[in-house]
Amino acid sequence: MRQNRKVAAPSLAERLGGIKKTTRTDFLTYLGVTIVFLVMLSLQGQGMLTNSLSGQLVPICCYIVMAVSLNLVVGVSGELSLGHAGFMSVGAFTGVIAAQSLQTAIPAAGLRLLAAILVGVVFAAAAGVIIGVPVLRLRGDYLAIVTLAFGEIIKELINCLIVGWDERGLHILFNIKGTMSVNDLGLSENGIAIIKGAQGATITRISSFPAGYLLIMVTLIVVLNLMRSRSGRAIMAVRDNRIAAEATGISVMKYKLMAFVVSAALAGGAGALYGLNFSTLVSSKFDFNTSILVLVFVVLGGIGNIWGSVISAAVLTVLPELLREFDTYRMLVYAIVLILVMLVTNNEWLRQLPERVRARLAERKGGERP
Amino acid sequence: MMLFLSNLISGISLGSVYALIALGYTMVYGIAKMLNFAHGDVIMVGGYVCFFATGQFGLPAPVGILLSVLVCTALGIVIEGLAYKPLRQAGSLAVLITAIGVSYFLQNAAQLLWTSNPKVFTSVVGLEPVSLFGLTISDETVVTILACVVIMVALTLFVNRTKMGKAMRACSEDRAAAQLMGINVNRTISMTFAIGSGLAAVAGVLLCSSYPTLMPTTGSMPGIKAFTAAVFGGIGSIPGAFFGGILLGVIESMAKAYISTSLANSIVFAVLIVVLLVKPTGLLGKYVPEKV
Repeated sequence: MRQNRKVAAPSLAERLGGIKKTTRTDFLTYLGVTIVFLVMLSLQGQGMLTNSLSGQLVPICCYIVMAVSLNLVVGVSGELSLGHAGFMSVGAFTGVIAAQSLQTAIPAAGLRLLAAILVGVVFAAAAGVIIGVPVLRLRGDYLAIVTLAFGEIIKELINCLIVGWDERGLHILFNIKGTMSVNDLGLSENGIAIIKGAQGATITRISSFPAGYLLIMVTLIVVLNLMRSRSGRAIMAVRDNRIAAEATGISVMKYKLMAFVVSAALAGGAGALYGLNFSTLVSSKFDFNTSILVLVFVVLGGIGNIWGSVISAAVLTVLPELLREFDTYRMLVYAIVLILVMLVTNNEWLRQLPERVRARLAERKGGERP
Repeated sequence: MMLFLSNLISGISLGSVYALIALGYTMVYGIAKMLNFAHGDVIMVGGYVCFFATGQFGLPAPVGILLSVLVCTALGIVIEGLAYKPLRQAGSLAVLITAIGVSYFLQNAAQLLWTSNPKVFTSVVGLEPVSLFGLTISDETVVTILACVVIMVALTLFVNRTKMGKAMRACSEDRAAAQLMGINVNRTISMTFAIGSGLAAVAGVLLCSSYPTLMPTTGSMPGIKAFTAAVFGGIGSIPGAFFGGILLGVIESMAKAYISTSLANSIVFAVLIVVLLVKPTGLLGKYVPEKV
């Protein structure tokens, strides 16, 4: 968000010569993610990862994508969205439906995963448009609470879905009264039930760590290029001063919607990957708490800072695995972190504290000299 | 017809709880201009304090209520002083995220202190249910509605007639100008939080009396719905919060009875979305044009 950080020492910056600072940061972000991916892949290949950590690899990738995409809305577009898990949910369930019903059509797991992620992206983007058009007319607190409301609505709607597949195609029921079950779908003998209302979805697991890496890279390329483009500058202009941006001819609605929909689409991709990593999935997994968790990643990584989101999402997902005893206090610590980061970065007195201390120390040192 | 009336009554009963919470919300939002996400969780704390006071230590109900009001008022002042006051000059995004942090903190602290096992709250209201035209209205409902009306009238008088109330209205209108007129803005806002949190305690006790399961997450959903009610009635308006709450309760109860139980929350939130898009100032709110 704020680029006026002091450049500390002659670093890789000078050595890389005349490349623009942002280009360099982006390049290093891609490089860093790739290196970590290769290291983790080789560690996993040699069986040096614990089971629990190994099982966390795909969820970590998903949370990184979630954090980066939420950062596009919160950091770059400057709107607080509290329903990001809703888009993940849309992507997860549509992706799962696609993957399960394409089992015979596309036998190759990798291709099926790709198809599922694409379906998740498309549906989440559609949800992003449907939700974004009304929501983005609002501002500030109202926008936040309405995105929260939409997240809850998505959760309840998916809870009512009953979906099955047989050779005649997809069968979808909407269980409003809570009286229907899978038997009402009228599936043929070879049919499979995919989503059973509140009991959730049954899934053949096809997600893989390399797919997660590719999704992260695609997300980073999309988000970073959007940020550095003309549209990205327009989005940031709207964030910094809506009225001034409007006065210079920038269509506020268009650019806000652009950021919102791209973010929703990426979250949908993450959702599809996440859903296909488990054998069962219920819609209450994607509730308000998940949205908050992703928000914690974004805030701790630095609002508007993309590689910060990548690191904080990865570290905060792994950390509880490493520190078992810490797990009971995890959520409490997250809450405190959220408050402290906000206080330290936004309170003038606290922000200038290091400088004042330094000045005081220098003064004292100066005073002691003859 | 009978069924409709009994749904209506249960809606009003639910709505009176929302109205009570919404009163606290609307006070804080109207004056401090911030969405206090933690309001719902202060309600939960109020419920727990009363639960332990009356259930565990066997204190009489009025003492329990008083204790819970005192604890919540103190909690409100502490939260405001530690988390919100340093952010007076900061943007709304920062304040909102901090408020979410506070809400999350309270929920998780409650979970560590009191575990997530639901506690069964014994009602603090020990009166006879009222019979009216063959319908039974529970004593909790009657007390909640009465409490709501009394608090609404008291708040309206306080805001319109006292010096502190005048200061509050001034802060709500223009904080900088209020400061120039010699109003202690910080103290006024702290006072608002104290009152709002005290009301939250009353709401918590009455919420748990009507719906007796008490968990660390008890407050969050009613909190969000009460915010919906406050927006519905026009945020910042005290009578608006009351009517918004009652209406929202009736809508929810009717939705449960005639449309779908599993989609009741969705319908309530759909109301919020429609209200915000069609009439953002709510039923009784007043329109404030944006200054450039």
